[in-house]
Amino acid sequence: MNSSGILSVVTFVYGFAAFLYLTSWIFKKTEPGRLATWVVFAGLMGNITGIAMRWIESYKLGYGHAPLSNLYESLIFFAATLATVYLLIEKKYHNRIIGAFAMPFPFLAMAYASLSPNISDRIQPLLPALKSNWLIAHVVTCFIGYAAFAVAFGLSIMYLLKEKDSEGKIRLLERFPKIGILDELGHRMVLFGFLFLTGGIITGAVWANSAWGRYWGWDPKETWSLITWFIYATLLHARLTRGWHGRRIAYLSVAGFAAVLFTYFGVNLLPGLHSYGAMVQ
Amino acid sequence: MTSRQHTQLFIFFASVRLTVIVLLTLAATSVIGTLIPQNQNVDAYLHTYGPKLYRLFSVLDMFDMYHSWWFRLLLVLLTINIIVCSLDRLPGVWKIVIKPPDFKPSRFLNASIQRKVAVSSIDRVQPILEKALFRSIGKVRLERFPNGYHLWSEKGRWTRMGVYVVHLSVVCLLAGGLIGSFWGFDGDVNIPEGETVNAIRSGNSGKSIPLDFEIRCDKFSVSFYESGAPSEYRSTLTILEKGAPVLTRDIIVNDPLRYKGVNLFQSSYGNLPSQNLALSFTSRATGMEYKINIAPGQTVTVPEGLGSFTITAFNRDHLFMGRSIGDAFVGTLSSPTGDTAEIVLPVKFPSFDKMRKGDVIVAIAETETRYYTGLQVASDPGVWVVYAGFLLMIGGCIVTFFMSHQQICIEALADGNICSVTIRGVANKNKIDMQKKMDAIATAAEQIKI
Ligand code: HEM
Repeated sequence: MNSSGILSVVTFVYGFAAFLYLTSWIFKKTEPGRLATWVVFAGLMGNITGIAMRWIESYKLGYGHAPLSNLYESLIFFAATLATVYLLIEKKYHNRIIGAFAMPFPFLAMAYASLSPNISDRIQPLLPALKSNWLIAHVVTCFIGYAAFAVAFGLSIMYLLKEKDSEGKIRLLERFPKIGILDELGHRMVLFGFLFLTGGIITGAVWANSAWGRYWGWDPKETWSLITWFIYATLLHARLTRGWHGRRIAYLSVAGFAAVLFTYFGVNLLPGLHSYGAMVQ
Repeated sequence: MTSRQHTQLFIFFASVRLTVIVLLTLAATSVIGTLIPQNQNVDAYLHTYGPKLYRLFSVLDMFDMYHSWWFRLLLVLLTINIIVCSLDRLPGVWKIVIKPPDFKPSRFLNASIQRKVAVSSIDRVQPILEKALFRSIGKVRLERFPNGYHLWSEKGRWTRMGVYVVHLSVVCLLAGGLIGSFWGFDGDVNIPEGETVNAIRSGNSGKSIPLDFEIRCDKFSVSFYESGAPSEYRSTLTILEKGAPVLTRDIIVNDPLRYKGVNLFQSSYGNLPSQNLALSFTSRATGMEYKINIAPGQTVTVPEGLGSFTITAFNRDHLFMGRSIGDAFVGTLSSPTGDTAEIVLPVKFPSFDKMRKGDVIVAIAETETRYYTGLQVASDPGVWVVYAGFLLMIGGCIVTFFMSHQQICIEALADGNICSVTIRGVANKNKIDMQKKMDAIATAAEQIKI
């Protein structure tokens, strides 16, 4: 089986894990949850194997490069980061309900990568502009950041649900982590994401400077990453110094994640965009 | 201005409320520039928006909004805000940071996180506490009082400076950007192989910018993958000072040449008409083939009285029946009778002219591809300030987000028969981590429980 084959299987493994987490939460059974952890782990191993195989395959094709060069490859990497971040949280906080809100993301990312007709899973040779170690650093930092923001988003949604039900009437929300923990954990994820988004913007700027002699050019993708950064910077200040907590912070986190998604997918819909490969010749 | 207005202005600029407003406004307005394509020509805008909207947008600088006065004003506002706010708070924090450690148990009495454990003996628990405290914070100080003692440890005071490092880094980025826009330039130049230039064309104004050295392109090459996609563009460049070569180096995309603060980036390339061109003329009547050297613009006489031939043009993407046939020379054949015919000589298809079925068949006998290299030339003296800002920002964020100023004070008290240990902790952030550390100490103390 080649890497694309393995990765399509991984899609379903993640989907199954998400399903198990949801079942475990909704039907209040622990066994599916416990199984889900192992399923995620297996999926993650497959995911990593897929990435490694793709790397090797690209060498066999004669133009070896790290598998981080196009939308398909970045989505696959994104899914692996998300699954890793989630497993770490589960290990640390021993709460599997978060899985019901976090694990759909890697599933969706993989499904989109494998099934969307607009995304090619062909291994392509690298255009000259993309041959840079800064590019690898750029993609890796960005996607770790995005993964953290995605988990923060899931936690914010949980927060908003739980907060609506302050009297604890809805039985589905009973076993959610305490509201204070959701708030705190969400915030930690935002801090983590902000650090990596900052790193991602910086490595992108250094790369652009080495390729085109400018570290910032206000191109739509750059601008949207900055917009995202502004939103999360607002969140940090609002929380730390204006004493915002809870709901308003959760809304800002949701808005921030919407900006992340737009930076990632939406920018291609904007008018007059130069795709980065096309900037050289 | 009265001093009251002064303070009010100061409070306004020092407020984080202003920060939240400015940051959100920056985020919202930045969207505009991604919806309206920037810096295109007037016709394109008129076509998309019509005259009325065009005039409105144009008044508001929407077509180059990131350089508009109002967007710059927002950035300046952010800068003033960050500087005033930091100056407002820094002295106080600095005082805390440099103050020699001085321990007052009373400061911990109202600590938000406390743990209390009853123990059988405060003397036996002492080494255990010391060890646990050392492990979670660091160096332990002991102070005895008549019926007990205090253990106290502190770390990470300096981490309170992290935020100011982050803020300084933002100022560095803005300052670096400003330096670049005042003292930097940016443009491009095309250099045919073997030729030398000493000026470039500005990217903003299109004007010529002289350089104080010369650049020669010795060679350009492009390599392709099997699929036909380009894999590498490489130019061999020589820098000359007053005509004397000082440096020769290859550049490729992502690996520019830096000389005297000016960076030369590989950005494009193209072909030029060959200077050494030989054509073959084959007479239909006699079958003889004649090889003649010719340069663009030159006219040569075709043997056997077949007329004369002039090269009139070189087209990079010559269109034949609507399709590109690549590089092609175009020439005019004038027959002795005065008829003229336009003749296309595609570099890739030597027998192209046979189709014309004329008295003489013209073809390219010898040519060589000659390239020019397209360089992006930029000088940005602010870039080092920006890079310094990058480092400060990453370092500052790590310190601010993941480290904190932590203090723990343990009070061991023997009150008659009742011995107790109270653990009090203070942290400027990440209270959860603090709680965990205190739980660990409390658990250790419980070994000596009654
Ligand atoms: C884009 C610009 C800015 C960035 C990237 C930035 C970054 C940061 C970061 C990362 C923190 C730490 C947050 C945390 O620990 O959760 C922080 C805190 C803070 N920022 Fe900013 N900031 C910016 C602009 C400003 C401005 C304009 C002000 C002016 C009022 C300001 C005032 C503060 C204050 C008062 C704190 C809290 C400091 C404390 O812990 O006592 N920031 N900032």
